[in-house]
Amino acid sequence: MIYELRKRGTSAMNIRSQNSSVATELPQAIARMSVEDATRLSRRSILKTGAAGLALGVYLARGGKAFAQQPPAASINITPNTFLIIGSDNTVTVLCKHIEMGQGPFTGMATLVAEELDADWSQMRADHAPSNPGLYKNLAFGVQGTGGSTAIANSFEQMRKVGASARAMLVSAAAAEWNVPAEEITVENGVIRHSSGKEGRFGEFAAKANQQPLPENPKLKDPSQFKLIGKEGVVKRLDSAAKSNGSAVYTMDINEPDMLTVLIARSPRFGGTVASFDASATKAIPGVVDVKQVPMGVAVYAKGFWAARKGREALKVTWDDSKAEKRGTGQLLSEFRMLSNTPGKVVKEEGAVDAEFAKGGGRIVEAEFVFPYLAHAAMEPLNSYLKWDGEKVVSRFGSQFPTPDMAVMAQVLGVKPENIDLKTILAGGSFGRRAQQTTHIAFELASVAKAIGPGPGVKVVWTREDDMRGGYYRPFALHRMRGLVRDKKIVAWTDTIVSQSIMKGSPFEAMTMKNGLDATVYEGSNEIPYDVENFRCDLHQVEIGVPVLWWRSVGHTHTGYAVEAFVDELLEAAGIDAVEGRLALMSKKPRHAGVLKAVAELSDWKNAKLAPGRARGIAVVESFNTFVAQVVELSMTDDGPKVHKVWCAVDCGVAVNPDIIRAQMEGGIGFGLGHILYADIPLEDGRPVSGNFDTYRSLRINEMPEIEVTIVQSTEKPTGVGEPGVPPIGPAVANALAKLGLKRPRQLPMVPGASV
Amino acid sequence: MTQLTLKINGQSHSIDADPDMPLLWAIRESVGLTGTKYGCGVAQCGACTVFVGGLPVRSCSMPVSAVGADEITTIEGLKSKEALAVQKAWVKLDVPQCGYCQSGQIMSATSLLEINAKPTDRDIDLAMNGNICRCATYVRIRAAIHDAAKSLEG
Repeated sequence: MIYELRKRGTSAMNIRSQNSSVATELPQAIARMSVEDATRLSRRSILKTGAAGLALGVYLARGGKAFAQQPPAASINITPNTFLIIGSDNTVTVLCKHIEMGQGPFTGMATLVAEELDADWSQMRADHAPSNPGLYKNLAFGVQGTGGSTAIANSFEQMRKVGASARAMLVSAAAAEWNVPAEEITVENGVIRHSSGKEGRFGEFAAKANQQPLPENPKLKDPSQFKLIGKEGVVKRLDSAAKSNGSAVYTMDINEPDMLTVLIARSPRFGGTVASFDASATKAIPGVVDVKQVPMGVAVYAKGFWAARKGREALKVTWDDSKAEKRGTGQLLSEFRMLSNTPGKVVKEEGAVDAEFAKGGGRIVEAEFVFPYLAHAAMEPLNSYLKWDGEKVVSRFGSQFPTPDMAVMAQVLGVKPENIDLKTILAGGSFGRRAQQTTHIAFELASVAKAIGPGPGVKVVWTREDDMRGGYYRPFALHRMRGLVRDKKIVAWTDTIVSQSIMKGSPFEAMTMKNGLDATVYEGSNEIPYDVENFRCDLHQVEIGVPVLWWRSVGHTHTGYAVEAFVDELLEAAGIDAVEGRLALMSKKPRHAGVLKAVAELSDWKNAKLAPGRARGIAVVESFNTFVAQVVELSMTDDGPKVHKVWCAVDCGVAVNPDIIRAQMEGGIGFGLGHILYADIPLEDGRPVSGNFDTYRSLRINEMPEIEVTIVQSTEKPTGVGEPGVPPIGPAVANALAKLGLKRPRQLPMVPGASV
Repeated sequence: MTQLTLKINGQSHSIDADPDMPLLWAIRESVGLTGTKYGCGVAQCGACTVFVGGLPVRSCSMPVSAVGADEITTIEGLKSKEALAVQKAWVKLDVPQCGYCQSGQIMSATSLLEINAKPTDRDIDLAMNGNICRCATYVRIRAAIHDAAKSLEG
């Protein structure tokens, strides 16, 4: 970390960039992103030492300091590849290509490496990899980045091969040193042993291992040999200690000498621009250094946060709203409703849905579901740091998409991409916010740096209000649904969606949009897990001047609710049990059925005797190839639903870190629950109303249910868990409310105006 | 600007600050102790919790000039047996996810155990509901407080 470097008397600018192959071809690279074979480990990605190896020594020292462990500073022994560093003190530091924002990739990547390396867990460490898309690309994206719950999924074989290769090279080095056949050497818990009694540890052999040939195709363990993967109680999070004693360093904590803290006055309406401004009062505030107009508003540069904030308060800006979005959510809702009564573009159609409804007979159920704009509101508000001398750039922040971020910084600053040293550091949450299809955070950072010119480092800080009113919301969405139940069967289903595209106009458009329709809007609605013969999902993709973004579980945040609340209502209309009824319709969905059965068993769905005033509801949603079913038990209070307990079953393929999977389910449930109950960003004349946690109510500990999680045993490829815990909780709550004789909430949040 | 002396974690720090500046920024930027976090600025989230005169306060909403001679304790200066038990339980149960709110959570939990050796779930709700965790690590926060209380019994 930069702060640590300063204390060690090293200027951050002296760190040479390791980005030897920054993608100048980036926009094209993003545009043609395709899912690569995640099992392939290119020779390039397990590079022998060289320039990169030497540079890694620097990262080693910083990594150690950042986690307040004994810095292995003396150990510049570099192991054979760029994913791990073995110190002379026997520590094994895994360079994690994914951002650690709470979801656990530091621990996950280290688990995969340690398993095949036969390391002892106590010797494992982790740090973020530097930005280098050639080496550290997400194999699911083709560029370096984290998202879509892909970290474990794309790294599972890659990181195991890293560990297996390093193990083989350590063994070869020991064999040469001891003059014994390699086959006679064993490795266990970080100790290399020969039957003659000779033994040593990784640190002694790291340098010599470096001279050994890289195994072409290192043998991986059979799952029956796993000692860490999938095991309970063996692996502990690598970042817990630093996050429990205040020593973990986030972007907000960067505090470089001469650094300027920058707050930006942004348009209160999206799309507004600066007409004019008067900075005279601002410049009179002690600590304010400069004021500059930047593309996104007016930037106040100051010595510290408080001076920047007071300076910004004193600023007089006149905004030009001629191109701004001025509609409020009330008006948007009226427009959405009108549209939803007309046919949209068909996403998927099967059977003869209109004819089936026209036949008559049976019972028609109709429902309209409305979903508000939501802010991510991670605990650490948005921020970023950059220092440049006109040529070389050092940047540190919780960059979730380093490759596109770096490309835009290079463009704005007019520097060569190889002169940008961008490193992702710990982020205080993200929920999707720190990755943007527009790379606007990196663009803003570079623009702020450029406006004041080379020299002092700039730290751009968003206040909580800036963060919450800054857009990039979960899109406002409406689902108009119609279903037909006849002879205890669901025979027809339509879902007309009105919402805004996340991907349109972005570099991700080619990858995620078909026929002009954005899959992240309808995902989960077009492929429902139920056998319904006559089916249609259509979409009105509307243009609104409010920037929107993926938000933990993306389209499933609303499609999961609409589908699962609606199927439950149809089953209720047909007089069929919510679990039995779902299972009967899941003939082609064994993994959905698997988690449903597992959660029904865990919660004793069939036989549980509930206290008076309590009811249970269930929902099952697949997202990001992970299957999650949840049962809630709740009662109704004056302050809305009180969820007492949630049972959760998850099938994420091979479970790498069971305790992190449980943690992500717990967190996903709490995150989802807080939002469906309380959260809303209403717009008044285009201006976001909620600005802080007093008006954007967040779940608190007294509202958190007890949670029990079961992980379904599976031999399928591992899939992600960061997002999939979120979608089922909302509809499960709705379905429980229906059991209490209340209506399934049609408009979220369920407790409107809870804190406004 | 005013010259002020703050006693933080047993050390005196002389700083030159706007008297209206919240204590949070004095701790983080003037003194350089960054374990105490900025989350909301309006005493809603608890990420900035420190002890002033032994009691938990939201440092984002307390003017630095209002502290006077009171001793300030931050996450970096926790020493009580309750604090150490809480931190140990946090690590044992792997409570943190993103970790950004956890300094504040630990300060509030420590304060709770210092006045109530055996808190009930209701006591925990009351003591901890001023601390938001957006990762919703609340299940483990609760478990860790019980675990810490138990470890202090023996």
